[in-house]
Amino acid sequence: MLPIILLSVFGIALLFLGFAKSKAILLPATLLFIVVAGVSSFADWGKTYMYFNEMLLSNNLSIAFTTIVLLSAFMVVSLSSSFLEDEAAQPAEYYAIMLFSLVGAIMMIGFENLIMLFVGVEILSVAMYVLTGSDKRNLRSNEAALKYFLMGAFATGIMLFGMALLYGATGSFVISDIRAYASSAQTLTSPLLLFMGMLMVLIGMLFKVSAAPFHFWTPDVYEGAPTLFTAFMSTVVKTAGFAALFRLLSVSFSGIYPFWGMILTVITVITLLVANLTAVYQGSFKRMMAYSSISHAGYLLIALTAIGQQSKGALVFYSLAYSVATIAAFGVLLLVNRHQSGEGRTTDESYDAFNGLARQNPLLGFVMAVSMLSLAGIPLTAGFWGKFMVFTTAADKGIIWLLVVAVLMSAVGIYYYFRVIIAMYLRDGQTSAIRVAPFYKYMLIAATILTIVLGVVPGIIQGLV
Amino acid sequence: MLTLLLILFPALAATVTLLLKGDTAKRVAITAAMLELVLAAWIFGRFTPDAQSQFGFDYPWIGALGIRFSGGIDGISILLVLLTGLLVPLICLSAFRQNYSRPNSFYALILFMQAALMGVFTARDAFLFYLFFEAALIPIYFLAAIWGGANRVPVTFKFFIYTIFGSLFMLVALVYLYYQTPVPHSSAITDFYNLNLTPSAQGWVFWAFFIAFAIKMPVFPFHTWQPDTYVESPTPATMLLAGIMLKMGVYGVIRFILPIVPEGVDTWGMTAAILSVIGIVYGSIIAIRQRDMKRLIAYSSFAHVGLMSAGVFSQTAYGVQGALIQMLAHGINVVGLFFVAELIFDRAKTRQLDQLGGITRTTPKLTALFMIIMLGSVALPLTNGFVGEFLLLKGVFDYNNYLGAFAGLTIILGAVYMLRMFQKTMFGQPSANTQSFADLTGSEAWVLIPLVIFVFWMGLYPASFLKLTEPAVTNLLQYVK
Repeated sequence: MLPIILLSVFGIALLFLGFAKSKAILLPATLLFIVVAGVSSFADWGKTYMYFNEMLLSNNLSIAFTTIVLLSAFMVVSLSSSFLEDEAAQPAEYYAIMLFSLVGAIMMIGFENLIMLFVGVEILSVAMYVLTGSDKRNLRSNEAALKYFLMGAFATGIMLFGMALLYGATGSFVISDIRAYASSAQTLTSPLLLFMGMLMVLIGMLFKVSAAPFHFWTPDVYEGAPTLFTAFMSTVVKTAGFAALFRLLSVSFSGIYPFWGMILTVITVITLLVANLTAVYQGSFKRMMAYSSISHAGYLLIALTAIGQQSKGALVFYSLAYSVATIAAFGVLLLVNRHQSGEGRTTDESYDAFNGLARQNPLLGFVMAVSMLSLAGIPLTAGFWGKFMVFTTAADKGIIWLLVVAVLMSAVGIYYYFRVIIAMYLRDGQTSAIRVAPFYKYMLIAATILTIVLGVVPGIIQGLV
Repeated sequence: MLTLLLILFPALAATVTLLLKGDTAKRVAITAAMLELVLAAWIFGRFTPDAQSQFGFDYPWIGALGIRFSGGIDGISILLVLLTGLLVPLICLSAFRQNYSRPNSFYALILFMQAALMGVFTARDAFLFYLFFEAALIPIYFLAAIWGGANRVPVTFKFFIYTIFGSLFMLVALVYLYYQTPVPHSSAITDFYNLNLTPSAQGWVFWAFFIAFAIKMPVFPFHTWQPDTYVESPTPATMLLAGIMLKMGVYGVIRFILPIVPEGVDTWGMTAAILSVIGIVYGSIIAIRQRDMKRLIAYSSFAHVGLMSAGVFSQTAYGVQGALIQMLAHGINVVGLFFVAELIFDRAKTRQLDQLGGITRTTPKLTALFMIIMLGSVALPLTNGFVGEFLLLKGVFDYNNYLGAFAGLTIILGAVYMLRMFQKTMFGQPSANTQSFADLTGSEAWVLIPLVIFVFWMGLYPASFLKLTEPAVTNLLQYVK
């Protein structure tokens, strides 16, 4: 439980560091804090502990998810050097909010009590609302924040209502108690309260991970938010959300699979279809990435729909592969946009922004290409094995038709991811050589290498959890 | 262990090439390709003609799922390994004539392609096979899309989506088969041979595989990506596509479809064979009508692969043996033909048959070598094409007389379009484009000479190849019966 405490303390410390004259210290300090928190989480490796009066669970799975979340945060923060150049930005506050949001994420990952889940979701969400609107002078950013806040608050309300119903049905917030009750629910005459409660909690969570049909906020919010926070949102929130969903479904509701299994299957299929088919028609890279994030929620949902032995391994691997590739892609977009505004051009978030990028910037082109290949699930990248493991869960459960839908949709996915690669390598553009700060460059290279290494030897993390 | 070296060495060489610049990159690439050829030739020479997988490697890969990093060479792989080893240095050498921009990336992609192809032909694990099968697509896509002709972007994109779409079906089938193996699950290809699948499962697994391989080969009606892609690609990429990559499809049918779903082949094999035979006739007729030389060769390749596919689906030893040897022969011939087409295009600035002619008057060397390769492609006795085509037709006849009769048209039609092409380009009155046509230079001749040697070697003494494949084919066909 060290990371929760440490990150809270570090967040407050960062706020104080904000008073320092030189803002240069903030970035390395934040990175250091995240690393320390990450290392501290391994103190419990190999053991299973309950903390805070059995409110939080720590086991290898929760540590694995925590590590992915912290790694994503580390990468996003290390791409944030532009803050320090932007006069209007308040880096200390942003960094502190990010650290606080991580506390929420870790609570969601390891909750044992629904109260903890609610607190975690709220901490994470409120932090996200603020970060979405952090580009104060930008109308779109404000609109996105307001939209996100209104819809998010509504979803949280539904979830809270659901928790109340669950409490009414079972008399407890502890998820293992709920499981004990739900397993005997067949013998009950009126399971309505339990089912309604479960459904509402699920709806709240599915909203957070942007599964269809609760995804309508995603494109607007992703597009309006500053790119850096879009990267943060699409990785940390998604990983934490799926970790929480996995705990809910594998522990509390494991006894009533027939009830939610069908519902989740339908939602999975809708998510896959809507996200991939809509992404094809997007002209903006950022909106495409928003739909891509929805579609990846769909693939991750497969592992939950076909919940079984391999689900957790698949979720961990997929989240990692997806997070690394997404952050690298947004990192390149950030650089391109900054380069454009540096040259006095208007920033362009469409595919055209990447035209001819690889000519003058082979490294950036390569980083982006590997990310896109990984998101598309092409072999020799981590994304392929992520998809592969998710697909095997469905095959293991014998749901072949779901597998076929997913496979067809990943073929559609290749279409829109490749538009970026085509723009970079095959079209002519006016992008000159972009100067990349060394640390930023190393981060992108590291992400690319990680993607390829996981693509060649996926065994190194499979089987750990 | 040698097999692992066969895969890793080109990949390593590609990485090195990528880091070099200009002519150094070219030289390193061709040296690496030559060393790889030496290695392949060594394996070819040391190969014991039995049904065993040889020179293998085997490591745990994804331990939790029982997936292994495992490969080896058996009688079905050996000729394709030889083919890949032989063609890549020649393709590199043929590319020397052109000054492709960014040569380091260009040659690195060719070598990456070679590594993936070697992987495809030697993988013993189904998922490893799939990995290489898809990985081979990435370098060839970039080769064609970056250095290709004017219309390259949409054409190569169609090619990429089309082929990957097909192989995703195969992935579904592989995952399904993997879960049919007894616990703990295994994905070794040979373990798939002993599954007891229900007839309906056999049916859909057959189609899942067949679509993947049929798009790759391509078999009618999945061929629509092929002519455009061949024409728009730079010639080295076309050679890789036609010479080696389409063999992945035929190889896949032999390795996967026949032994894994024999009942599926019983039910649907006739459909597949008919589609293949339609491809032969259809491709040949279109080839006869072509005026563009490169497009003509593309359609001829489509027709030839139809015969290989029909032979394999005949499920006879003749058919499978014929397909294996014909893959080698066709790879050699088609690379030679595409090379000649490029030579002519560079000198005459056109590939239109009616704007060519009379080349033979100034080019004795080119005429001789071109003619030998062309006759090999027509399947004249004593050339390489004859052996394979004879065995294939024998296999198809044994399977079904009517089908055999239609497939036999390939002999006549093939002669028509090939001889027509040869006559229109080489004989007759020289046109304005071919007035001062120069003969082969040294390095150009050295691309064609090894091919010609193989045309004769395979034509005169095919036993040196057939005896290597025979035990493995016999062994494989046991699963079919």
